[in-house]
Amino acid sequence: MALKTEPFVLNMGPVHPSTHGVFRMRTTLDGEVVVDIEPIFGYLHRGVEKLAEQRTYTGIIPLTDRLDYISSMNNNLAYCLAVEKLAGIKVPERAEYLRVIMAELQRIAAFLIAVGAFLNDCGAFFTPFMYMFREREKIVDLLEMVSGQRLTYNYIRVGGVSQDIPEEFLPALRTFVAQMPGFIDEYDRLLMQNEILLARAKGVGILTREQAINCAASGPVLRASGVKWDIRQADPYSIYDRFEFDIPTGTVGDCYDRYRVRVAEMRQSLRIIQQAMTQLPPGPVKAAVPHLIRPPVGEAYAHLEAPKGELGFYLVSDNSIAPYRCHIRPPSLINLTALRDMVRGWKVADLIVIFGSIDITVGEIDR
Amino acid sequence: MMPVLNFGIHHQVFIPAVPPDWPGGFWWHWLFFTVVIIAFVLTMVMGAIYIERRGMGRMQSRLGPNRTGPFGLLQPVADAIKVLLKENIVPVKADKLVHWLAPVVAFAPALMIFAVIPFQDGALLADLNIGILYIVAISSVSTVGIFMAGWASSNKYSLLGAMRNVAAIVSYEMPLVLAIVGVVLIAGSLSLNRIVIAQDIPFILLQPLGFFLFFAAGCAEINRSPFDLMEADSEIVAGFHTEYSGMKFAMFYLVEYAEAIAIAAIITTLFLGGWRGPLLPPWLWFVTKVMAVFFTMVWTRTTLPRIRIDQLMALAWKFLLPLAVINLIITAIQVLASWPDTLPWALVMIIVNFTILAVLVLLWSKFFFRLGWGRIEV
Repeated sequence: MALKTEPFVLNMGPVHPSTHGVFRMRTTLDGEVVVDIEPIFGYLHRGVEKLAEQRTYTGIIPLTDRLDYISSMNNNLAYCLAVEKLAGIKVPERAEYLRVIMAELQRIAAFLIAVGAFLNDCGAFFTPFMYMFREREKIVDLLEMVSGQRLTYNYIRVGGVSQDIPEEFLPALRTFVAQMPGFIDEYDRLLMQNEILLARAKGVGILTREQAINCAASGPVLRASGVKWDIRQADPYSIYDRFEFDIPTGTVGDCYDRYRVRVAEMRQSLRIIQQAMTQLPPGPVKAAVPHLIRPPVGEAYAHLEAPKGELGFYLVSDNSIAPYRCHIRPPSLINLTALRDMVRGWKVADLIVIFGSIDITVGEIDR
Repeated sequence: MMPVLNFGIHHQVFIPAVPPDWPGGFWWHWLFFTVVIIAFVLTMVMGAIYIERRGMGRMQSRLGPNRTGPFGLLQPVADAIKVLLKENIVPVKADKLVHWLAPVVAFAPALMIFAVIPFQDGALLADLNIGILYIVAISSVSTVGIFMAGWASSNKYSLLGAMRNVAAIVSYEMPLVLAIVGVVLIAGSLSLNRIVIAQDIPFILLQPLGFFLFFAAGCAEINRSPFDLMEADSEIVAGFHTEYSGMKFAMFYLVEYAEAIAIAAIITTLFLGGWRGPLLPPWLWFVTKVMAVFFTMVWTRTTLPRIRIDQLMALAWKFLLPLAVINLIITAIQVLASWPDTLPWALVMIIVNFTILAVLVLLWSKFFFRLGWGRIEV
């Protein structure tokens, strides 16, 4: 006897344990199989781009903190790069190095959350998550030392950084850089070769090289598909051309590759910090920048390699104290466009894993 | 002593109780053990919750609850008071009666399992000579309660969780029972008390494969990690008890832990020598072993990711079931061969059995079995 079945619609989110914020997926399920999904967002919309038009150039920096709130240093940096490009401001040497150190620390912290949350989505009950938060705590402590904040740092300013590092920062950073590889090895030993994790992540949610390029994916999602594209090397900003590091890439483009690429990225970030730490020159940390910056009429786009991909700021100036237009290219949103192609035909459980492996922050998608 | 019950067949259903000469006979015995079982289960559940929360805290490099009472020992009490005072919310579209009945239907079997589990020699409510059969029959009844909960909640997450649960129970009952049959063959009895008495060597040594099969299938049957996908919090929120709050939620919480304790108690009785052990009083041995087994479950929960529903099915039918059948055949041959009852022979058998375990598991995991099927074209 053939039973009559029909697909049903399940609203996942906006309040759901694994949607990484207030994100909603209108999924059509055939039993356990995902037939279709429709991402719906906007629950965290704060109108950052519009707000920016009524603030001074310096006053926008705290807004950028709240875009991808787990990597605020990178957001600060991307925005400041755009303003500096627009106004033609030269940043002192020491400030460049400090920026690189902070940005790379922030990248490690963001990858720790991404990997921890991904493993949590796979069902490892909070153990990897708590392990990774243990190390993230150390990074947050370091960043608190320099900026006084633990989440929204507002540290990188137009023309440099807000203040020089305190004297206890460098010893603490040295200890952290010495210890961190051991902790990353610990994460690898914990689950990297686990049979269940392999079964859950390997070959699941494949994003082919062509698909990844066509949907303009960036960051670990793109690199896991085998494209060697990292803005730090493809279009070096700040002083990244002075450092030596590899770009880890995947081969298949499945969830496991994305997970592996992120873990490998942590090691590369540590390498960069190591080099920047030893080369750190003395000197001023902030260029002489007026309180109210009036960039000449024109436009500028600056982008950088944020933990989630290419984060870009496009600024248009009309020679007033506020930008005429500020547009943000959020990597999460653009990576998310590949979700539907990746999840169709997989199970509900895979939907969560694939979604977790893209690693989004809703603050950045909704802006 | 005359048979207490006679079902018309020429068997004594109740084997005469061996040591406890309680005054008043059957009814006093019944009353005493009913009270003991309820008290025991509730106390063990509290202990289990404490061990799980503190143990998981330790494993996850955090403290766990440590504010209520010394070392946080009163945390289960605080939790109990909290859920008792919570509002009981029933969804508008829920089937009210079934929604109310489901926790009860789920909870009763978890308690009833303990009726045949010996806390020490002869100290059990009913020494049924079909004890194991009774457990197998009773333990799957809670699924009815869980499916009732999933259906009555009129919530899609609940329904998904409940359907996963039914699918898991249907598949995992089979390797579970086949793993038990191996033990029954060696012990020559279905009575749990007799099985414990038969274990001069704990059956985990004579039946290592059976033990692993039973442990895995048992974990799947009671929704413990890595098979906890019936209430997978990262996928379907809370599974079948998404729409439950207050005391009714507490009942499900209780069921979950009571079942975990029950499976731990069955494993203890069947494979770890039950209440037997040197020096300590028997009931303490029993409790210690139960808690040790439960701790292993906590350990796996903190370590392993969760498997998917198709992988769950594949594991049951392609991995556990063939191994259970092979284990049964090997055990039958060993029992028929009736090796001499001496220590050197027992050692040989232990080594042989562990080798068989290693070879079979390696063969299956490397060659005959792949976890899951992957993508389906839609």
